[in-house]
Amino acid sequence: MLILKNVDIFYSRVHAVRRVSLHVNQGEIVALIGGNGAGKTTLLTTISGLLRSSGGSLHFDGQDITRLRPEHIVAAGISQVPERRLVFKPMSVEDNLLLGAYQRRGLKMRNQIQQEIRQVYEMFPVLGQRRKQSAGTLSGGEQQMLAIGRALMAKPRMLLLDEPGMGLAPALSQMIFRHVVELRDAFGLTVLLVEQNAKCALRIANRGYVMETGRIILQGSSEELQLNRDVQRAYLGREVEQQ
Amino acid sequence: MDLASLLQFLASGLTVGSTYGLAALGFTIIFNTTGIINFAQGEFVMLGGILAVVFMHWLDPGLPAAILLAVVATTLVGLLMERLTIRPVRNASAINLIIVTIGVSITIRGLVMLFWGKDTYVLPAFSGMAPIHLLGATIIPQSLWILGIAVVVLALLKGFFSRTIFGRAMLACSFEPRAARLVGISVERMVMASFMLSAFVGAVGGVILTPLTMTSYDVGVLLGMKGFAACILGGLGNPFGAAAGGLILGILEAFGAGLVSSAYKDAIAFVVILGILLWKPSGLFGVPDTERV
Repeated sequence: MLILKNVDIFYSRVHAVRRVSLHVNQGEIVALIGGNGAGKTTLLTTISGLLRSSGGSLHFDGQDITRLRPEHIVAAGISQVPERRLVFKPMSVEDNLLLGAYQRRGLKMRNQIQQEIRQVYEMFPVLGQRRKQSAGTLSGGEQQMLAIGRALMAKPRMLLLDEPGMGLAPALSQMIFRHVVELRDAFGLTVLLVEQNAKCALRIANRGYVMETGRIILQGSSEELQLNRDVQRAYLGREVEQQ
Repeated sequence: MDLASLLQFLASGLTVGSTYGLAALGFTIIFNTTGIINFAQGEFVMLGGILAVVFMHWLDPGLPAAILLAVVATTLVGLLMERLTIRPVRNASAINLIIVTIGVSITIRGLVMLFWGKDTYVLPAFSGMAPIHLLGATIIPQSLWILGIAVVVLALLKGFFSRTIFGRAMLACSFEPRAARLVGISVERMVMASFMLSAFVGAVGGVILTPLTMTSYDVGVLLGMKGFAACILGGLGNPFGAAAGGLILGILEAFGAGLVSSAYKDAIAFVVILGILLWKPSGLFGVPDTERV
């Protein structure tokens, strides 16, 4: 569904992503793991069109999206839940969700959008209870739910999630991950998940890629990666047993 | 001080203050979408007034039509300004963009002086000059027009920002530009719209003020500075703070001129800026930057 070929990205003169190729199939959850500064967020930013790649190509559903502007990429069906959530803090929860559907604004859509907002409240009841509250007053976990809800309001076919568990208590972050699986199962959403917490990410993912200093150094199914010694040592915090 | 002169100062303060408020709103709208101070805002106010005079003399379409044309033309100037001077350098730092706006303001002033000279022009009052007497104070009808129109513009803007998806999207650009782009809001288009909207608001202010205070190519300098002072007073970035700041500044000026000396009238705005910056830098209605981490 999403295919990246030999993508090179410079981020303020730093060669942040070097010849990265990866693909995500329809209905898959793919984890992109790696340490700080590996280039994961830069890659997601480029898929969403906020940065331009300087080489290589990006295709989504057969369509070349390499040079598309961000609003057209959202319209094509890719939504991103950004790192640090970036909700519109002074605005109400409901307005945040409404803006998620900005691409589909129009008088005729009004009823349908209202109905979709209700669906988001069904999924995250706490958002419904706080719909009039400003988003800045929500807790970190609630803001993450709101950011996911806002991304869903664009009716995406693919969701890019950037560190959804960052700064959350383990129980909360697991709940968020459960919701991600639920989204895939219920709506057939395809997910590309960027995480530093490799353990959680690989637990729900079908496949994974490991990035280091701008390159993809390993790829495989989640089971393979979980068993891989280098991954264990570097990202899963397990010591390799003496043999 | 008796009641009559109190009322008199209050009325003239509110009148002038509403136009400061409109200029301040113009600053706020552009600041909110771009993070820059548009120092050509005063020129929008000047253009509104002077173009109305020009259209009156040139086409003689009647006052309402001339006003409409002037406001539309100024809005287009706002559009051109964004297209020709801001967009080509949009990745520059805020300070560079602010200097660009100063350049634009000098250019607009220069062009107006070239075409229409340094003369002072006046527009007929909207509904005559026969003063209204109220408890000993004298109010000219134009004052009521100014107040009324300012209130209407403010109400429309409030509706625009809180009720329409387009207005909310404009606010979203100021709160979290990155997230705004990720939900598919074209920030470029919003910046363009903000320049048009603040040119519109500025022009309305200029048009309603001109019958009262007259206009010439350089009235924008002082009006712009007063509007900016009103912004700082009310809290930069807060539209209602800006409008309130304008009214407060107008009233302070009127009382200062009436009770102390009219020679110091213009100094009051700048004393107020200094005082606010020392005492409460976030403005009367501003909220200091705090963030929940």
